[in-house]
Amino acid sequence: MKDLVSKVLKGDSRSIARLITLAENNDPIATKAMKDIHPHTGSAHVIGITGVMGSGKSTLICELTQLYRKHGKTVGIIAIDPTSPFSGGALLGDRVRMMELAMDDGVFIRSMGTRGMLGGLTSSVYDVVEILDACGKDIVIVETVGVGQAEVDVIKIADTTLVIVVPGLGDSIQTLKAGVMEIADIYVVNKADRSGVEQTVAEVESLVDITCSEKERKTPVLSTIAKQGKGIDELLKEINKHKNHLQKTKEFDKQRRLRYEAELVEIIKKRLMNFIFDESTFKEKIESLLDQISKKQIDPYTAADKILSKILK
Amino acid sequence: MERKIRVLVAKPGLDGHDRGAKIVARALRDAGMEVIYTGLHQTADMIVETAIQEDVDVVGLSLLSGAHMTLFVDVAKLLKKKGLGDVLIVGGGIIPEEDVPKLKKEGISAVFGPGTHCDDIVKFIQKKVKK
Repeated sequence: MKDLVSKVLKGDSRSIARLITLAENNDPIATKAMKDIHPHTGSAHVIGITGVMGSGKSTLICELTQLYRKHGKTVGIIAIDPTSPFSGGALLGDRVRMMELAMDDGVFIRSMGTRGMLGGLTSSVYDVVEILDACGKDIVIVETVGVGQAEVDVIKIADTTLVIVVPGLGDSIQTLKAGVMEIADIYVVNKADRSGVEQTVAEVESLVDITCSEKERKTPVLSTIAKQGKGIDELLKEINKHKNHLQKTKEFDKQRRLRYEAELVEIIKKRLMNFIFDESTFKEKIESLLDQISKKQIDPYTAADKILSKILK
Repeated sequence: MERKIRVLVAKPGLDGHDRGAKIVARALRDAGMEVIYTGLHQTADMIVETAIQEDVDVVGLSLLSGAHMTLFVDVAKLLKKKGLGDVLIVGGGIIPEEDVPKLKKEGISAVFGPGTHCDDIVKFIQKKVKK
């Protein structure tokens, strides 16, 4: 195990990949290893990229990564796609748009299924970010699943969050709604060669005008054509500007604290759920409570009290 | 905790016929596996590098151009060289009968030609990948 961690810290691809698998499977070896990984984390800039499916997230990441490589930065990419709620399987296809990166040893890409987690991420993503950070990647990019309106968990993990929108997905009311449209540190209007792009940019800009008027930093709105590599230089500049802004305003530490809080909550939740639902003593109790709820002898809140009273002493 | 079988479905070489690979990828997905699909025109190096990073249990190769004796074997050799000898390799596509024994000798555990039922591929993989 010590061997595995030291190989990960040296950047050995197979060991990194293996530790990620162990973390994904909640293997006790990973839990131990993560204790030794944590002290080596904190230097990577974590960038979250979210947007509706088909908005060009993977293509944009490919272009952005190539530019980072030109600047001498190493990059880790976590590409998340949905796990089937029926079979538990997943088709992880983000690599199709990142073929140019496959042979670059300064880039490590890992595809992951959501495995039951809502919110656009997967529960082990915190571990994987730490692993890629600790193995020396300068930049860690987290690509969420294609999101709808409310999957906003990416802000908990990313230092800088990019929301990708494309022309033609609705009128200005859509940009005013709560959720995904609130979380951007940078808005990217991708596929800017499509008709309607001026309107989309104008709508997002007017959203920024409404929401950012009191704030010091105005959320930038950029347009890109990822497929042709257009607008990527400006995007990278804005990302770096945001990082400087975070460091200058001490927001950086606040953001990191938020991430650790989310991770802590996730770990506790996972362990508590396993403790309650996997222990045989509880299983019988839960079954009998479910019977009683079905027969209206008891309500779900009282049933929950009964279970929780056993652990909250 | 449940461990999921991870499969890389790749198309080495230059043919652009990926319908079969996509159907198999979907069938494996529906059998509860995590399928990493990489798209067309992969070199052996790309496939092996992806297999390493994605820590897959299985590499599935699909090829219809006739270059399987070169490309399938290249992938098998490179996997072994990189220390991934324990990864199960299966192939599919237009593969003449007489080539199958030669491929098996080189480490391709099974070859699934046209007319194969997806179920058979699923069962083969489930049986071969040790839980």
